[in-house]
Order: sequence, then structure tokens, then C-alpha cells
Amino acid sequence: MAAKELAVLVGGPAGSGVFATGAIAARALLYHGYSVFATNEYPSTIRGGHQWVLVRGRLGENVYAHCRSIDALLALDAETIRLHEARLGGRGVVVCDESVAKGLCSNARIVALGLREVVEKAGAPPVAVNVAGLSALLAMMGARLEPILEAVKSYYRGRERLAELNVRVATMAYELGVKLEALSSLKLKYEPRGGRLLLDGNSAVALGALAGGMSFFAAYPITPASPILHFLAEVQEEVGAIVVQAECELAAINMAVGAAYAGARAVVATSGPGFSLMAEALGEAAMTETPIVVVNVQRAGPSTGLPTHTAQGDLRFAIHASHGEFPRVVLAPGDPVEAYQLTCEALNLAWRYQVPVILLTDKYLGESYWTIDGLPRVEPDEGSIIVGEAPAGYARYRVTDDGVSPMLLPGTRGARVYANANEHDEEGFVTVDPETVRRMQEKRFRKLRMLRALAEERGVKVYGSGRVALLVWGSTKMVALEALRELEGVKLVQVVWLEPFPAQSLGRELEGCRVLVAENNATGQLASLVREHLLREPDSLLLRYDGRQLEPEEIVEFVRGGRGG
Amino acid sequence: MASAFDTGRRPQWCPGCGNYGILAAVRAALAELGLKPESVVAVAGIGCHGRMTEYLGVNAFHAIHGRAVPVAVGVKLANPSLKVIVHTGDGDAYSIGLSHLLHAARRNVGIAVIVHNNMIFALTTGQAGPTTPKGVRTRSTPSGNPEEPFNPILLALASGATFVARGFSDDVQHLKELIKRAVNHRGFAIIDVIQPCPTFYDVRREIRGRLYKLEGHDPADFKAALNLALEAEKIPLGVLYDVEKPAFEENFKHLVKQPAELASLRKLSLAKLLARFS
Repeated sequence: MAAKELAVLVGGPAGSGVFATGAIAARALLYHGYSVFATNEYPSTIRGGHQWVLVRGRLGENVYAHCRSIDALLALDAETIRLHEARLGGRGVVVCDESVAKGLCSNARIVALGLREVVEKAGAPPVAVNVAGLSALLAMMGARLEPILEAVKSYYRGRERLAELNVRVATMAYELGVKLEALSSLKLKYEPRGGRLLLDGNSAVALGALAGGMSFFAAYPITPASPILHFLAEVQEEVGAIVVQAECELAAINMAVGAAYAGARAVVATSGPGFSLMAEALGEAAMTETPIVVVNVQRAGPSTGLPTHTAQGDLRFAIHASHGEFPRVVLAPGDPVEAYQLTCEALNLAWRYQVPVILLTDKYLGESYWTIDGLPRVEPDEGSIIVGEAPAGYARYRVTDDGVSPMLLPGTRGARVYANANEHDEEGFVTVDPETVRRMQEKRFRKLRMLRALAEERGVKVYGSGRVALLVWGSTKMVALEALRELEGVKLVQVVWLEPFPAQSLGRELEGCRVLVAENNATGQLASLVREHLLREPDSLLLRYDGRQLEPEEIVEFVRGGRGG
Repeated sequence: MASAFDTGRRPQWCPGCGNYGILAAVRAALAELGLKPESVVAVAGIGCHGRMTEYLGVNAFHAIHGRAVPVAVGVKLANPSLKVIVHTGDGDAYSIGLSHLLHAARRNVGIAVIVHNNMIFALTTGQAGPTTPKGVRTRSTPSGNPEEPFNPILLALASGATFVARGFSDDVQHLKELIKRAVNHRGFAIIDVIQPCPTFYDVRREIRGRLYKLEGHDPADFKAALNLALEAEKIPLGVLYDVEKPAFEENFKHLVKQPAELASLRKLSLAKLLARFS
């Protein structure tokens, strides 16, 4: 039976090449023509501790999210078998090295192979047992060798020696697997489709920032946001951007504020703990009306929480972070294409309206991979800066009808550009005069009129139709889309703009519907916004707050009335 | 000439405040350097020094407490053709924002940091700070400051600052010369300026007779600079350390030469980058 769908899980101790195996498996399936989704889980250690990658493929249609049941398990240690065997579907198999199988109770599912032997014969380092196992497993499932080798080469691009060794290992191990094809009930099809990409949310944010004209990026290392720093650091010369690793998140955002004041489109990326530190400077950016984009790749909190696990617990915090009152924009992409588009849009909004824009993603979106057909063209718009000569009587904070004051860059001949984090008058001078204070607050808040209109226009996305509205935000959208395949009469409603909140357009979508809310947090933060803005109590809530994203199966059960409440 | 660096606002500090001298010295230094006001950015933190941006007629960013240095680093990296001067206080630079100062020194970012060191939290009406001497009675240490102050000059040297000087706000001519050198220094420059606060902690009487100007000191001699920093009784004024090393912003060669480009939007083609994801 040809496999239209399959799910493979690779597990092992940290340091055993689990992620590499997952990345190669994902590419191998992609090159066979499958649409692929891959996600992972790992502890906050570099060596030791269990980690895994789940790679899911589907032929002909998109695969949006993970799943409970798996078809094959590549176990790089015995612990992996113990932890994940129960997820194996009816005819699923476990592939491992003979040494791993030794000492386990005999089990018909376990296919123990001489993988280490292959690696030794190939003259590769012992860790290459991961690629050997993967190649053998894929061969058992009827995979072609060529796409596997392409996947290996693609993964080790730029590391030619490693590529060569792993190609040799994969080729030899493939022979082992081919002989055992009868053991697997899965038969991979080969229907290659070119031009598709495997993109993770973090890279998508980096690409969107570059597309949006970003020329300054600062960050302090933090899981799960660091991949954005790594990617940008690597390409900075190629793309002509400045990438700085700051001494802390306070420094990162203040550097970005300084850079933006001087004219560079600046972005910072962090996760919850770093975002907490950045709260201080969010107000500074708002008060000085310096355009700034802050990416928060959420992880499970509070405090250090679960540093390598996912959550959507920072929504309320992002909307309210920093003292005092000021307009801001909070956007939450649900998939890599949205992450790319919205990061570019965040820069455009920041530079048009001179407000801080916060992009909320999460570990699940940031570090999972999806197959996409390509990225739409997005580009920076002009913003509200004046380039060239200073107009006569220039004042940085001129009171205008729309609240946006013309922004000049320091260095402009004849102009003094004075940004002030204290309350100030039109020219930037400190003031406590009640009339001026009121006028300046009102000037800043007037920007909300236009931002609210944009939120209403772009802030809500709908998939499918029905009398039941399943309301989500962020990456839960992808899980819900996967669940939607099993559901009828359900319309998926995704809130993309969280601040300003698109109350009217959301109200229209929810009208006459039973409203179910699914969120990756403990308190139902989106639901609370619905209460606040729509005066509506959702009919049922499904909340997950154990550091894991909801499962599509869970959502199906929830919508059918089995869970939540 | 100094009037070019005057915003026309009348300075408001306490009578006898050291900030008047620092403001006069900066204006004179910028004028003598022949700089155009639009080519300079002053970044200030929070404290009595923070009003510098109200009076100094250059581009300015009045930042939040403790973060003037990283804001200045961002300005300098984004547009290295600007001369970036940080005005900060002992509370701003040595207490709440200390780590930023040390890291900017370590990176050798091309900014000139002028620390208005009045050895007290003045704007908040007189609490002890990291440079308040032990035993001094302040509103937060009514029985005398129980803490040892630290030595900012020693700290700056240890952090890798390539220009370290000490000035005195009452000696405007001398301070002006220090500022001129700091502003033109390649990389990170710091001037710790002793700034008497006549309202909360006027050190004038205490330091009288202890100040002396450096003569015959080789500012390239790190160990000699360390020894000067360690002097306890006498307080040396002048350039303690001055060496030339590449500035941090020079690492970004792909940008450092075309600051003008920052104003124009770059529309980037991602085609090449996307190959990584196929």
C-alpha cells in the first residue's frame, strides 16, 4: 500500500545527532514529493537528556502539524523505545542498532541492524549511526537512494568532508534497508515536485525582517529565539546588515532604539525572560516615537520556566508591557509565511506610525519546519521620515492631525533632531505643562485611529465555514488547520492583530456561532480579550499549559464535545 | 563660536553646580574642533546631567535611566559618521547602567562618555551612590555610608577602554581639552568628571589641595595608568590612558562606509538566501 501519509520519530540522547537526522529525513521526504512538517523537543542541556524530532509527510496535500500516532521510530538509544513505543501505530516499526536492541525484551516490531558496523566500514565517526539508521529505515519504506543522498548533501552544505562521509554511510546503510523492505507496511511514493522550501518560523522572521529593509539587529542569546540571531549573524555581510550580540536584552533594545533614531530599521528578537527586560525600553521607544520591532518567541514560563518548550502565555503581557500608556501594535503570525509577511509589515508599521511593534511567535512556530511553495513578495514602504533638507521650523514632535510627526535623521543639515524619553514639547524639550502634556499624549494616541482601521481590515483570518467558530491565535492555527481536516461545520477564526484588537471584524465572524477557543496557555488570554472587547463569553475553552502545543487530535475531541469546558 | 552649540534655553541647575562648567567645556570643545552641530549627537541619561540635551545645541537623545550608553552605541553603529557624546551621571553610568559602560569599553565602540560624577544621587534629592565615599551621611545613609565606593577609573582600564581621563568641572579650560581629545579618539573614550553638587554633596573643600594635573605621564603606559588610578590621597587630572585600536564599528565594513545609505530603503532580493531552505 502506497503511503499517502507517514510520521517518523527520531529520538536519542542530546549530542547524538537527532536534529540532523530529523532535518535530513524532512528533506528526503520533501524530495520524494511529500509535503513535510517537522517539530522537535529537547531539554535545556547540550549533552545527555532525551530529545526527539517528529517528521510527518503527506502526499498531495499540506501537512500542518504534528500527530499522536507514528509509523516508524528511529531509536538512537533504548530510552527512545521506552518513551515512544506506545505511539507506534498498528504496523509500525522500530529501527535501531544491534547494541541498542541488546538487553531489550524481544519485540517483533524492533528491527535491529548492524548500523555501527556500517559506520565503521565507511570510516565515519560513531555519531554517523544516525544517518545510517535513517537511510536504512527509509530504504525499508521503499525510498529511493538519490533523494536521501541529496538530503544528506543539502544538510551538510559547506561542510564537504562531513557530506562525503555521510553520503558513504547512507549509501551502505541503504543496502541493509532494501533487503528488509518486506518488514515495513509503508511504501513511499516518489512524485517529486520542485521549487518548494522547508521553512521554520525563526528563519521566516529573519527573512521578513530583511525583506522589510532591516539593517540593524541586536539580541542576547536565548532559547528559542537564538536561531534568528545565528541566521542573521551568518548572512550579515551578504545582506549588508549590522548584527550585534548585546550584553543583555536591556542593551539589545536600547541599541536598536539608538540605531533606529539614527535611521536604521532595527529589530530585536528574544523570548519571554528577555522580553520582560525589554519592557522598560518599549516605553522609551514609544515616548521618543522611535520605530522599533520586538520579536518575542514565546516559551513556557513564568520565570525561566521551561526554557526549551512552547507556550502562548505572553499575550496579555505584550499588550500591556511597560509603564504608562502608549499606542503599540501586537501581531501574532500562525505559520512561517505569515511570520515572514508580518515581520516585514511590523517594520513598515513601526516606520509609518513611529510606534513599537511587537511580534509574538512561539517555540513551536519558531523551531518547527513547514513545506511552503515560496514566499510572497513584500517590501519596505517609505515610512514617515523626511530624507534630505530640513523643512523650515522643523520640530521632531510637531502636532499633526494623524498624530504622526515628520521624522528627520540626525545628520540632516540645518536640523536639530531631539528625541526625548521625558514628556516633551513639539521640539523635544522637556515639559510638565499640563496643556502640552495633554496635547502630546493625544497626538500619540491619535495614531491609534489608523492602526485600529488596519486591525479591522487585516486582523482576522477565517478558514472554512460553519456554525461553530474555533478561535485561535499564533501557531495554534496550524494545529487547528490539521484538526479541521477531520471536522465539519467548523470555521477556524484566527486573530492576527491582537493590539489594537479587531473587535468589529471578529464580532462579525463570531456572530451566530458557537464560540470555542483553543489556546496554549493556562488562563485563556485570547478568550479574555473576547470578553473585554466583544462582551461575549466563549462557549468552551481548550487550554494546554504543559509546555507542549495542543495536538490536532485534542482539538478534534474538543470540538466534538469530548474535552475542554 | 560656542553660541552655535546653544539651544537658547537658559540652563537651570543649582547655583554653583558643576554642570555649568561641563556644559561650557563641551560647547567650547565642539566649537574648537570645528564640528557642525548636525554632525554631533548627544545622548543623555537620567540625573541632573540629563538636562545637558536641553542646552547643548546638537542632535540629542534623552534616554531613560542607565541606558544612554547602549542607545549611543546604536547611534554610532547605524551612522559612524556622527560624533556621539554620552552625558551620564555616576548613578546612571556606575550604578544602574554599569554593565553597559563596561561592555561598550570592552568593544571599543567609538563614543565619548562624559561621566558627571557628583558622587551622589542628586536629582532624587541626595541618596548615596556607587562613588559616594564611605562614612558620608546622605538621606539614604543617615548614619554614614556603610559601603566602600568603587574606583571608576580602575574599572574603565580593566574593561579595555582605550581612552581614560579625569577632569574637574571647575577647570573648564582643562576639561575642554580632555573633551576635544575624547571626541576625536578612535574607539571608546571615558572622562570621569568630578562635579561638585553644592546642594547635596559639595566635594570642593574635601578635594582642595588633592587635585593635580598630570605631567610627563606616558598615556600609552597601561601599568602607569593603573598606578595613577590607584592613587588615594592625590587625585590626578588629565589623560591617564590613550592608545589606538580599531573601533567596534569598523568591524561592519559592509556598512561603515556608506552611512548615507541608511536613509534610503534597501529592497533586498532574497533569492540567494532562500536556496538554503530548498
